[in-house]
Amino acid sequence: MSESAPTAADTRRLAEEARARVRFEEEALDLSDQVYRVARRLVGSREEAEDLVQQTYERAFRSWKQFTPGTNLRAWLLRILTNLNIDRGRRQQRAPQTTPLDTEAGDYFLYNKLEAQLPDENPDEERVLERLSQDSIVDALADVPHDFRDAIVLVDIGEFSYADAAQILDIPIGTVMSRLHRGRRILKKNLADEVIT
Amino acid sequence: MIDWCDKCEELMQPYLDGTLSDAEVAQAQHHLELCSWCAKRYHFEERLRHYVRVAVSEPMSAELKARLSALRTPLDA
Repeated sequence: MSESAPTAADTRRLAEEARARVRFEEEALDLSDQVYRVARRLVGSREEAEDLVQQTYERAFRSWKQFTPGTNLRAWLLRILTNLNIDRGRRQQRAPQTTPLDTEAGDYFLYNKLEAQLPDENPDEERVLERLSQDSIVDALADVPHDFRDAIVLVDIGEFSYADAAQILDIPIGTVMSRLHRGRRILKKNLADEVIT
Repeated sequence: MIDWCDKCEELMQPYLDGTLSDAEVAQAQHHLELCSWCAKRYHFEERLRHYVRVAVSEPMSAELKARLSALRTPLDA
């Protein structure tokens, strides 16, 4: 009797834990498309993104108990992914940002440039937007220095809040906002350069 | 004297992010109603953000999806 009672409790606890684990894994896998989409733009190639996502899931499944249920699982996964990416030495490879980034052009710069290329006066915004090909956008984003690109990828592409992006990148919210602001300008400058040459 | 188009350009990103104060939102909206030149540029930026999101979206390969699924803890008794 003294032996069977704790065993029953143990069994129940283990069964509950197993269920919680299965649930966690299912929920994490449901987010894998979104995690990959973000990962793909944080790194340079598809292969790197695939490796990174796989490693992220391996680590997440190993340390699933560290996740607090009810909090943002997608942000938690991206935090792991970002840390792994840093571990891969990406930050060390970075050349110090010595060349001043020309972002003084302002936020209307791209529109003004594109509009000037169209023959008709005062064209429709959609026609202006059509000047940008999908490839030019992919290339222009890839050319944004990664500190700025990370902010764009998380907020504008991953649709994370500033607070989540700050936590994922381990930087203050104010820094997320300023990098995002500057990054978007760099992106538009790159787009203008891509299209107008 | 304030150049309202310059001011509006400065307010565009935080306006679209929803991080302006009520007073600044009112300022921007007032100008946008009067100035189709700025209004076009705001609309373009909004569409551009959406377009960028769609343009850079690359689906995950079926192989990776299968590899991730295989990482699950096996359901044994």
